[in-house]
Amino acid sequence: MNQLINSKSRPDFDVISKLVTSNSNVLDLGCGDGLLIKHLKEKKNVFGYGVENDLLKIDHCLKNKISVIHKDIETGIQDFATKSFDFVILSLTLQSVKNTYNILNEMLRVGKIGIVTFPNFGFWKHRLQIMLGTMPVSVEMPYQWFNTPNIHLCTINDFEIFCYENEVKIEEKFVFGASGKSIKHFSNFFGLRALYVLKKEIF
Amino acid sequence: MKDRSYGLVEPNSFKSDEPIQMVSGDVLNQYELVYETYGELNKTKSNAILICHALNASHHAAGYHESDEKKDYGWWDNLIGPNKPVDTNKFFIISINNLGGCHGSTGPKSINPLTKKPFGSTFPFVTVEDWVEAQSRLADHLEIDKFYAVIGGSLGGMQALEWSIAKPNRVENALIIAATSKLSAQNIAFNQVARQAITSDPNFHKGDYYEKKVIPYDGLRVARMLGHITYQSDFVMMKKFGRQLMETGNSKFNTNINFQIESYLEYQADKFAKSFDANTYLRITKALDNYDPASRFQNGLLEALSNKKNRFLIVSFSSDWRFAPSHSLEIVNALIHNKSDVSYVEIDAPEGHDAFLLENENYHKTIRSFLK
Repeated sequence: MNQLINSKSRPDFDVISKLVTSNSNVLDLGCGDGLLIKHLKEKKNVFGYGVENDLLKIDHCLKNKISVIHKDIETGIQDFATKSFDFVILSLTLQSVKNTYNILNEMLRVGKIGIVTFPNFGFWKHRLQIMLGTMPVSVEMPYQWFNTPNIHLCTINDFEIFCYENEVKIEEKFVFGASGKSIKHFSNFFGLRALYVLKKEIF
Repeated sequence: MKDRSYGLVEPNSFKSDEPIQMVSGDVLNQYELVYETYGELNKTKSNAILICHALNASHHAAGYHESDEKKDYGWWDNLIGPNKPVDTNKFFIISINNLGGCHGSTGPKSINPLTKKPFGSTFPFVTVEDWVEAQSRLADHLEIDKFYAVIGGSLGGMQALEWSIAKPNRVENALIIAATSKLSAQNIAFNQVARQAITSDPNFHKGDYYEKKVIPYDGLRVARMLGHITYQSDFVMMKKFGRQLMETGNSKFNTNINFQIESYLEYQADKFAKSFDANTYLRITKALDNYDPASRFQNGLLEALSNKKNRFLIVSFSSDWRFAPSHSLEIVNALIHNKSDVSYVEIDAPEGHDAFLLENENYHKTIRSFLK
């Protein structure tokens, strides 16, 4: 996902910075190079930590003066107090997490509001590639089937069913097409990336 | 590697007549601190870094001394030097031998001006808090209001932590490496065995051995052997020595030295016992045991670390069982709870606690990037 962490190819950065309130505190799970937090610090004066397990990316965070905690996001946030962050962000990481239920639950326990972005497997070009007989490869999912870290890909519909079944409340939803433009209709077909604002009250 | 050293260095001395009150209640009316500096202090005095030493080190952290035509390199020479992670081209680095030490600063073997005899058993049991106070007085003397960073590993990390608690306005970045905010029962137990080895040596004379022209050499040796074992990992000892036997072909059925690890420990013990003072060892291990900043605050560590004035880097090493990563995480979690600026890195290293003294690419890169 390294090659994607570039503000120009990340229209969700702007949406996220509109969603995040000024001076709030933010936890970015799987923060990569820390550019999202840097963006939010500059635009919204947030205080934030990244959680990252890759030392190379951690090094970039440190150089960017981003506070980063070296942990596996799947096991590492259990020490964080309940509702101790205003926003917990899981950006383009959901699809590579082993225990999807656990990570969503944990992020919504630690955060008052969760923001999740993921590539939509239902995007029409992905469907077309499968129809033509190969696994989908796109800007959003640049890997081949044999080297992909993405083990839990889902469509927009799949994700919404998952939220419903697990009592996760969808507060807001944004879908972006290949050009980065917002998609309003047939989003599960035309949308390349989805962004959800989530809440779970029962903790 | 060695040719990238800072070069030949000479220690400086700071003598103070301003009494220093210890946590124990004791007062030293005069004291001396020896220290070394590397690099140049800039005009705004904003590039000073303080290095805090651990149990058995000294002010000689980087560069080399010349003794017997041999270059004696500083204990953290791999970290501190030109273009090294703690870059002497950028920073002005100060390394101090702590009060109670035995490398030139006022300590148990120094002459007490009141009695004209070595302090010996009467030397105060110093604390981490006392060291930080003394270090800050040297900073005053050098007219450094605020350190860009305070860096320490192990017991040195406790001092960096204490700077952020006691004098948060005088330090920007605190780098706390392979450290803990308090020793565990097991850690205290190890220290107690080491102290017992020293105090039960017939040459200890309750700490007043200097006048008798003896030292508790054997006790100090055992203390060092024990310490040395706990600073390393089983894995590394096995890799270095395995069960390899000495070439002497000694009988196994007596107390002769048979295994190479035994001989290595003997060598380390002798080297240490010849150069280190037993009274200092007792005091430093007690300072380790006694340090527990959480106990000074009603709300424990959370309150101790609540001032939010510093930027922290906490580093632990995967195989460190003396101050395991869980110790570092306790500090990290308290800082996160307080929304303090903290980064945490756990370095995958097989060498145990001693890893903080060794060269490791990821470790050194982390320090370099954080200080950038």
